[in-house]
Amino acid sequence: MSVATAQAQIFSVRNLNVWYGSQHALKDIELPIYKNEVTAIIGPSGCGKSTFIKTLNLMIQHVKRVRMSGELLYQERNLLDQGVDLVSLRKQVGMVFQKGNPFGKSIFENVAYGPRIHGMSKKKELEETVERALRDAFLWDEVKDRLHTSALGLSGGQQQRLCIARTIATRPEVLLMDEPTSALDPISTSKIEELAMQLKKDYTIVMVTHNMQQAARVSDRTAFFLMGELIEHDETGKIFSTPNDTRTENYVMGRFG
Amino acid sequence: MDGNTVRASSRLLKSTNKTALHLERRGKMTVMVCAFLIISAALSITIFLTVKGLDAFLENGVSIVDFLSSTNWNPTDHKSPTYGALSFIFGSFLVTILAACLAAPLGIGCAIFMTEIAPSWGKKVLQPVIELLVGVPSVVYGFIGLSVLVPFLRSVVGGQGFSVLAGTLVLAVMILPTVASIAADGLNSLPGGLREGSFALGATRWQTIWRVVLPAAMPTLLTAIVLGMARAFGEALAVQMVIGNVRTLPEALTDPAATLTTIITLNMGHTTFGSTENNVLWSLALILLAMSFFFILFIRYLSSRRKFS
Ligand SMILES: Nc1ncnc2c1ncn2[C@@H]1O[C@H](COP(=O)(O)OP(=O)(O)OP(=O)(O)O)[C@@H](O)[C@H]1O
Ligand SMILES: [Mg+2]
Repeated sequence: MSVATAQAQIFSVRNLNVWYGSQHALKDIELPIYKNEVTAIIGPSGCGKSTFIKTLNLMIQHVKRVRMSGELLYQERNLLDQGVDLVSLRKQVGMVFQKGNPFGKSIFENVAYGPRIHGMSKKKELEETVERALRDAFLWDEVKDRLHTSALGLSGGQQQRLCIARTIATRPEVLLMDEPTSALDPISTSKIEELAMQLKKDYTIVMVTHNMQQAARVSDRTAFFLMGELIEHDETGKIFSTPNDTRTENYVMGRFG
Repeated sequence: MDGNTVRASSRLLKSTNKTALHLERRGKMTVMVCAFLIISAALSITIFLTVKGLDAFLENGVSIVDFLSSTNWNPTDHKSPTYGALSFIFGSFLVTILAACLAAPLGIGCAIFMTEIAPSWGKKVLQPVIELLVGVPSVVYGFIGLSVLVPFLRSVVGGQGFSVLAGTLVLAVMILPTVASIAADGLNSLPGGLREGSFALGATRWQTIWRVVLPAAMPTLLTAIVLGMARAFGEALAVQMVIGNVRTLPEALTDPAATLTTIITLNMGHTTFGSTENNVLWSLALILLAMSFFFILFIRYLSSRRKFS
């Protein structure tokens, strides 16, 4: 057992199963997610990475005919029990999507949206929150003179960082990112990677990625999924140097998938 | 190697294949003739209407100021005919705007229900039904208005029943499906990531609808309303059957009135072509045309402003 087990688990997933109708998308997943770490989720297309990350904030419930079983403990509380408060869960577990999806509002209003719906209404307070979120997302300098212009006028990389700012504006505990850089150029990508490494001081990050180098660079732990099963999870260094399973080795060496 | 280069360069030149060229030209001609026919039809209608519509003022010496500002309409008076169309212009705008005020919230509410609240049921049952209603001929709405609504209004609010209110209600019901189905299309075509993004920030469904979905769909929703208004403004038959067709300005919603279209349809049969009486009807038609141009331009403007990722 490595030293990391002593660390606090923010999520603890036990025996999690997810079905889309009759399709068994996740099978008996057992995975701890540790506080203030970056956990990378890797695996070939269709293996269930997005499904997994979407269960963590229960966004999966918006999909029709989804069934779940098992245990999904978030800070000791099973999210699969009845009566979970989705509003407060999603305030604490924020999510950034693969494709930047800013609202057709101004940059300011995009970032202020989360705080507003959670009840912040004082102008001063909102302005401070927006500035801080944009600074944390390394976007402030680029947009501070155009806060009240449409967010849709930003470049793809800026839009993605805006979505990160929008998510951290509600001060979540966990940040889920589903392939946040797959549509971005190398410079924007490295900015977001740098951002992820910075943010883990304050947040716990779970990041889906198709890019092995990215997982190796950014994450502390890596989990490898294959056809709905979790094949292996460990510290990133271990997964990339001496994985236990040959399938993991083949995948990280780029031999399939 | 040499042969290859020749072929590559000749491919870049215009094709010299005779039959292909011929076909290409024939296709182009057919399409151009079609386009020309339609454009010339639209142009000639516009020119004809404009010329005929101005005849009353230019040839017959009707005062354009009186026409637009007087409520005195008596073109059949032999001694001193008057041609004040204000009552009808007012009537047209009144029923159109009132009908839009009723149909817009109901239609958009219905569209929200279909797309956001009960999407599966809405898409399978409600949307086809509403699209079916769009196609119901207006005379049917008028007939129902005449045989159900008018007697009902007569017994409940008094008066004759034939009234601005009856016209408004019939028009509102008539344009409701139009507004609802266009609005629903607009809501459906929003990118799904918009709603997801809002839910993922912890917004409830209502917050998502009010603060994200509706603002993003606003240009389409306005287009839906304007198209509904255009239909209401141009509707003759259904309104004529229930509005009472009097020449005076209505003073209350329960008063009868008339609109541009109802006056045209009622009078065109018994006026002689070329007479002043007939020409002022053309002037009324010109106003209708101008308004429909305005509606179209407005819709164009709205859709050019449509912006979401
Ligand atoms: N809404 C849905 N309805 C039905 N099946 C789905 C749905 N979403 C995903 N699936 C299925 O579940 C499986 C896992 O999908 P998921 O999106 O989690 O894969 P992924 O690992 O994220 O793939 P990618 O790398 O391509 O994004 C796939 O076989 C997919 O077809
Ligand atoms: Mg995915």
